[in-house]
Amino acid sequence: MPVDVDAAVISNTRLSEDYCVVALSAPAIAALARPGQFVMVKPARGTDPLLRRPFSIFEVLRDKAGAPAGISLLNKRVGTGTRLLYDLEAGARVACLGPLGRPFEPVDPPARAWMIAGGVGLAPFLTLGEALSARGTDTTLFYGARTASELYCVDRFERAGIRVFLTTEDGGRGGKGFVTAAVQGQLDLTPSGEPVHLYACGPTPMMRAAAAVAASYGRPCDVSLEQVMGCGLGGCYSCVVPVWDDAKPHFERSCIDGPVFDASRIAWEALAH
Amino acid sequence: MDLSVSIGSLRLANPLIAASGCFGYGVEYADIVDLSSLGAVAVKGLFLAEREGHPPPRIVETPSGMLNAIGLQGIGVRRFVAEKLPELRERRAVVFVNICGSTIDEYGEIARVLSDHEGVAAIELNISCPNIKEGGITFGCSLTGTHAVVSAVRKVTRLPVIPKLTPNVTDVASFARAAEEAGADAVSLVNTFLAMAIDVHTRRPRLSNIVGGLSGPAIRPIAVRMVYECRQVVRLPIIGIGGIASAEDVLEFMIAGATAVQVGTASFVDPFIWTKLLDGLRTYMARHGIDRLADVTGTIDTSKREQAWISS
Ligand SMILES: Cc1cc2nc3c(=O)[nH]c(=O)nc-3n(C[C@H](O)[C@H](O)[C@H](O)COP(=O)(O)O)c2cc1C
Repeated sequence: MPVDVDAAVISNTRLSEDYCVVALSAPAIAALARPGQFVMVKPARGTDPLLRRPFSIFEVLRDKAGAPAGISLLNKRVGTGTRLLYDLEAGARVACLGPLGRPFEPVDPPARAWMIAGGVGLAPFLTLGEALSARGTDTTLFYGARTASELYCVDRFERAGIRVFLTTEDGGRGGKGFVTAAVQGQLDLTPSGEPVHLYACGPTPMMRAAAAVAASYGRPCDVSLEQVMGCGLGGCYSCVVPVWDDAKPHFERSCIDGPVFDASRIAWEALAH
Repeated sequence: MDLSVSIGSLRLANPLIAASGCFGYGVEYADIVDLSSLGAVAVKGLFLAEREGHPPPRIVETPSGMLNAIGLQGIGVRRFVAEKLPELRERRAVVFVNICGSTIDEYGEIARVLSDHEGVAAIELNISCPNIKEGGITFGCSLTGTHAVVSAVRKVTRLPVIPKLTPNVTDVASFARAAEEAGADAVSLVNTFLAMAIDVHTRRPRLSNIVGGLSGPAIRPIAVRMVYECRQVVRLPIIGIGGIASAEDVLEFMIAGATAVQVGTASFVDPFIWTKLLDGLRTYMARHGIDRLADVTGTIDTSKREQAWISS
């Protein structure tokens, strides 16, 4: 059951001109959070902007005794709400409702987990990676960006025992090209009898490419689709995604039927970019 | 303190109703809101058949408001009574079913289906959705159409019939009068205001449907005025809707003439708003020595003006 917390900003770490990590004091949400879930955050009081925005839970923060104390959000400044979040200072308060949505299901060994992230799509993978590591599942993060300066928090993943495979479109760091091409390259080297589970989050074309690679290699793939949301609770039907149902696509709510979907169910050609 | 209000033969525990389309089928909220603590729950608009609605993007934010063009995605009335109504009954929700038709016959048919089932408290006639081409608002924008839909439904059901009026007309009050003459038990107003938003860089509309309905605090003063105008010409109970986000907003509508109110967009922002509104209403009643909240309805004093520039 989600809770609404008037959360104090513990810190706001600017990673670049656009990216930041906002740490929020929210023990009640941290205690319930599962990998891939999200929160609805109201970035400012008042009515402009009016609505909350969905954010993946990036980290579950713990106190010295290891008890859940808060969560952090990986934020990219793109519009009004994300700019307000970028500008928040420690001590400010934001309304934060969660945890919400259908989480990722971490696989167990002997299956291996490959997480595929593009840009701010990195956000749900730290909690998933930690859950996978805790089960002893061999876990790799494939993480792509346009340039080296847009790759963030790589050390955070390495510290969690996750193998990291980087790509940049200009070749400035890691492999050159799209992250999904790197995944395909690795699948070519993997015997089809060895189970690998794919998880993807990022721009829609990237997830669509990941879904296509997964399908052509016969690998299961879950994607996290974060759409524009009104309420996050299933009330408004704003955040729908087209999902195959028999022969024709129908719309499911990404807030309560997702944000995590089996990639093979998504009607990618009908998904607005 | 008595917060109950009456809409015809129907008695509601308090005047707060979850607005249609803003609260799913009610069951989505059952874990976080005690559905029986609301005056009523108006469920998402239903046609006879299932509908897919419009492709995304379906909403966009605007100053102090939002536009939506959901296109009435829904499971159809038969699946609703089979799959959702039993849980709503179990949770002791007072259920208003918001219905929509492409033809007058469809409204009648849906009303007949609903009348056969326990657990429906009232039928709200959506003749005001601005987001679909056929039906709905075509009736709500014509006085004869409004009269015809209300009379047709009136004939087939004993449930309270509550047409929901559109603000996209020149004189809402005349539509309230048409509804009253056709035998409505109450009217609810307003649905959303037809509106649009454009991305100037791409020059594309921000909604897939190009146009959508404006809701939220931005529309509240217009909605209050419309309730006030309707109060002058009909005796029916009025359910006020539009941008309500605080107990003060609820009271503003009631004083203008509303018997009850609906809250939509504000419950997206705060799904726990209901207890806060009820607390605020009790505080107001205590402060002003009011025993029965229903006594507030229509008590606007137009003999004097509030000197806003001094008091604020
Ligand atoms: C996302 C959304 C969906 C809506 N769907 C319906 C609907 O199915 N039927 C209906 O009669 N009104 C619908 N409405 C209108 C609301 O019930 C209400 O009349 C309007 O939003 C104004 O109230 P508010 O400002 O409190 O939201 C919808 C509104 C929104 C924002």
